[in-house]
Amino acid sequence: MNIDWYIVLSALLFATGAVGILIRRSPMVILLCLELMLNAGNLALVAFSRMVGNQQGQVFALVVMVIAACEVVVGLGLIVALFRRKLPLDVDELRELRG
Amino acid sequence: MEAALFFGAAIGALGGAIGVVAMRNPFYSVLALIVHLFSLAVLFLLLTAAFVAAAQVVVYAGAVVVLYVFVVAYVGSGGESAWEPIPGQRLLAPLLGAALFIELSIAALSSSLLALSTHGPHVNPGFGNPAAIGRLLLERFLVPFEASSILLLLAAVGAVVLAGRKKGETA
Repeated sequence: MNIDWYIVLSALLFATGAVGILIRRSPMVILLCLELMLNAGNLALVAFSRMVGNQQGQVFALVVMVIAACEVVVGLGLIVALFRRKLPLDVDELRELRG
Repeated sequence: MEAALFFGAAIGALGGAIGVVAMRNPFYSVLALIVHLFSLAVLFLLLTAAFVAAAQVVVYAGAVVVLYVFVVAYVGSGGESAWEPIPGQRLLAPLLGAALFIELSIAALSSSLLALSTHGPHVNPGFGNPAAIGRLLLERFLVPFEASSILLLLAAVGAVVLAGRKKGETA
């Protein structure tokens, strides 16, 4: 398969994740949609690294994976802390910091 | 053969992504994410990125998804309210997503990267295997590698501080 197919697929997955962040309210599902967007970026990185014939893009994709894992850990910790304090798990109701 | 694998994995990845967005129950969203991640691992293998594919399966499908399942089981899967702070948000968002997709595709495909419509250059059999990636990680990218390990440690400590119980607090 040509590389442009992979790039278009990665754009489609990124757009799907962005739509998910816009329409969902549960912070857990929003974290999942962030994962989708990061994975779409990873797919583009690996595809470009294959296009150039250089493995450094794959190392970059691995670093992105590490960042995604950190983000999941902190995000889920926040969700558990919210749940403990009996706060609503809804991003539209958690609006105290809004200006 | 390669085209069949690509389209099968692409349909799996896209279907999984749409499942994550569309499922009402967060538990089903996590299950859809597993389909998505495995399909992406197949795509990585097609791009001769064996180590990235293995890390994808082990890190995501192994660790991250298990973490999600635990938290969904702990918090419970409450339904979302139908209240919309911005009127028409659910209709507007897919339109914006489609616009984003078209824009990204135009940006990528109309660039002057001539190699985009090729298979990429011929590569040696060892391209992207654990040995090659490990050598890159420990020689050329040693500092980013160590920095990401410190970041992981910080994230683990932060999660314990965030979710840990204070003294005297009862669950």
